[in-house]
Amino acid sequence: MLTYISRRLMMLAIVVLGVTIMTFVLMNVAPGDPAEMVAMARYGLENLTVEQVENIRISEGLDAPVWIQYMHWLAHALKGDLGRSLVTGDPVMQEIMVRAPATLILALASLVVSLLIAIPAGIISAARQNTMLDYLARTGALLGASMPNFWLALLLILLFSVTLGWLPVFGYGEFRHIILPAVTLGTGLAAITTRLTRSSMLEVLEQNYIITARAKGLQEGNIIFHHAFKNAFIPVITIIGLQLGHLLEGTVIVESIFAWPGLGKLLVDSIYARDYAVIQACVLLFAVLFVVINLLVDILYVYIDPRIRYEKKG
Amino acid sequence: MNIFKNKLTLTGMIIILVLVGTAIFAPMLVPHNPNEQCLNQALKGPCLEYPCGTDEFGRCIFSRIIFGARISLEIGIAVTAVSAAVGIALGLAAGFYGGAVDEIIMRIVDIFLAFPGLILALVVAGLLGPGILNVMVALALVGWMGYARVVRGTVLAEKEREFIETARSLGANDLYIMFRHLLPNVIAPVIIMASVGIGYAILASAGLSFLGLGAQPPTAVWGSMLSDGKSYLQTAPHLTIFPGLAILITVLAFNFLGDGLRDLLDPRLKRQSVE
Amino acid sequence: MALLSIRNLTTVFNCQEGMVKACNNVSLDINQGQTLGLIGETGCGKSVLGLSILKLLPVNAVSSGQIIYNNQDLLALSVKEMCQVRGSEIGFLPQSPATALNPVLRIGEQLTEGLQLHQGMVKEKARVIAMDMLKSLGLKDCDKRAADYPHQLSGGMKQRVVAAMSITGQPSLLIADEPTKGLDAVNRAQVIDLLRQLTIKTKASLLLITHDLKVAVALCDEIAVMYSGEIVEKGSADQVLNNPLHPYTQGLVASLPERGLFPIPGYSPSLLDDIPGCRFYSRCPIRNENCKHQPVINREVNGVHVRCLYVDQSGGTQQRIYGRGFQSEAV
Repeated sequence: MLTYISRRLMMLAIVVLGVTIMTFVLMNVAPGDPAEMVAMARYGLENLTVEQVENIRISEGLDAPVWIQYMHWLAHALKGDLGRSLVTGDPVMQEIMVRAPATLILALASLVVSLLIAIPAGIISAARQNTMLDYLARTGALLGASMPNFWLALLLILLFSVTLGWLPVFGYGEFRHIILPAVTLGTGLAAITTRLTRSSMLEVLEQNYIITARAKGLQEGNIIFHHAFKNAFIPVITIIGLQLGHLLEGTVIVESIFAWPGLGKLLVDSIYARDYAVIQACVLLFAVLFVVINLLVDILYVYIDPRIRYEKKG
Repeated sequence: MNIFKNKLTLTGMIIILVLVGTAIFAPMLVPHNPNEQCLNQALKGPCLEYPCGTDEFGRCIFSRIIFGARISLEIGIAVTAVSAAVGIALGLAAGFYGGAVDEIIMRIVDIFLAFPGLILALVVAGLLGPGILNVMVALALVGWMGYARVVRGTVLAEKEREFIETARSLGANDLYIMFRHLLPNVIAPVIIMASVGIGYAILASAGLSFLGLGAQPPTAVWGSMLSDGKSYLQTAPHLTIFPGLAILITVLAFNFLGDGLRDLLDPRLKRQSVE
Repeated sequence: MALLSIRNLTTVFNCQEGMVKACNNVSLDINQGQTLGLIGETGCGKSVLGLSILKLLPVNAVSSGQIIYNNQDLLALSVKEMCQVRGSEIGFLPQSPATALNPVLRIGEQLTEGLQLHQGMVKEKARVIAMDMLKSLGLKDCDKRAADYPHQLSGGMKQRVVAAMSITGQPSLLIADEPTKGLDAVNRAQVIDLLRQLTIKTKASLLLITHDLKVAVALCDEIAVMYSGEIVEKGSADQVLNNPLHPYTQGLVASLPERGLFPIPGYSPSLLDDIPGCRFYSRCPIRNENCKHQPVINREVNGVHVRCLYVDQSGGTQQRIYGRGFQSEAV
């Protein structure tokens, strides 16, 4: 287990190096002068002087060759210093640490929403195969998988905020603020999870041990929720793990729409502002989150499937 | 033909054919010039003259959606073609040569898979600057890994078969074996992945243009139409409803097709992708 | 009065290819304390018959006729009532213990849940009883095993666990579905011994479904032979195995290694096909034109029921139709 975790952490290091180098290279081949951008953001377009731009170029180290800039950044990053925002001048680390929890909360809430929809829908769909309920669940899953989340977000706003006035469009900090973003993100994930839960349940329900359980005289409910679901959930966990990564992708757009103060919105805003220090930090953090989430899911997997634990012991 | 047994697959195919037709004949189909502004007609709801209403500049939304289909399909097909070509080439090489080549290619695949693709695409497209070509580059960059994996797996299985040995003993060179004997075997899984892939690329590109990274105004793109419309959600919801519907139907059609092809061409693949 | 009496049971699967008649007009009786062997080759419908009794078949299977157990028709029972019969009245010993245990639940839980359900026991008490049962079936370290998952047990241990599971509810009838399938000689002997213990211990009747004549010889009082969804011969074990009347039964006996390992030529007809005459016609050494078209009726010869037009009253005349002579004819 330990070797496994350390291998995954090695992988994380490579991924982080890879994406940050790529980001750095892209920043430098991208059109536009970063120093000029920063100066514009700080001093405004009207009273911008060449001198100011050059000052910023030197003070931010933007005049050095790319690889020096990168090594410089890396050395500081390893010490936990991600530099200062080119736009606001605030330490990036501080900003990131404020933003990360918001994204995690949103991702977690979306996961909960998706499980609340997908698990019952998948189980009912499988237990009542080829009935109206099954068709309903499958149609819903198909729609959900093809629905652009930014459109869904707008439709939800249209219905619940604009028309009914029940929920706020923007905001952060209260329970009612998270409902719309979490539902937007959760339904997409729910579509995939529903399909998988259904097919996994159908496969398990055909197994011999289900006949054994029935032969004991257990009620159908017990068989489906205890005997079958415990088995069917194992592949579902894997997919949920993979999907959590996509949930992170989804946060970028959804956070932008709902003005949710998370990493996703920060990344989009910093791309607009060409705030390289912040972009780089966001990329770094997304990589870490992604790998760590997948690692946690793998560990969880071991605890759910006793066969895997046994292999590790033996 | 088995394919017509499945109603959803058929529905998907019909929608895609209609879309392709629409994209090709767009200039003939539109009731108005998609970029023509009639400010006195701005923000009109759907009516006879403007089937989907008009936007804040009085442009015909229906016409813009039709022209948007063009760009969406272009992006979807181009991104998928490039991703598939890169993936097939690398997958073939990895599976065929094995050893260090395989190791290096598959580690690169692992690295790419260890980062959320859409975020990478966003960063790349964002840094390269707005524009359709940049969006395509960004999406192709994060879309090839699936093809490489599947092709490699298929090649590994096929490589051991006797006819490869026979071909080799007859003096066939590597390239000949790869393209003549191995490539045909990967076509079925690649087609299945590609049909879903086109839908995904269209969805992802719409997402990027929604964030303002796609085609620039006044070009009609579904994603940016949505994002422009969101300011008028209260007064003119048709600005967001119709372009979104277009994206949904298009992506749905490619998913239908992909699901149907999967059942038709390779029942095993479903399980593989789940595991 | 028989403990279980099956009357005209017909079980049909509705499939894409058509209607599969896995059990066709089957009638059987099992008396209190008796062991009935249901033998036949793979795919003849014998397992379906066993599962039909417990109504454990998939939804596309439809059973008609009567299955009378203790004066109630099981086919008429509701799902809920059926749950009370399963496990406590009729136990089921599934085939292949390797797949019959739930891989993600502990052995102890799988053993005790039946007791808790049927006898309303608290967990601790159910556990004590289950452990006793395991011990009496010869499993060592029962307490440790109870905390294990199925994959941690050997094949023999799983066999014992499954056996214990089938009798936790103290059923009056036990249905054993191919308990020796795929086992080597040593394990087979162990399972036979286990089954013997089970029937002695519980005094239950046993419906033993098997393709293995030797297991049937070792355990059964009565034997029913099934071929292509129909019972072709039934009677006391002694009579059926030592003096088989139906050409199929004779073929089965002749195919035993010690009788020279003579196979029956040909294959069973598809269960999809509706055949007006005898279903064994295509493989029968004594067939004639009548067999092809005339409906076959059950006849009773010396207390043995046999489904063949050409078995004469005395019974023994076609004794030697299989053997070397037949073999050379087939070649």
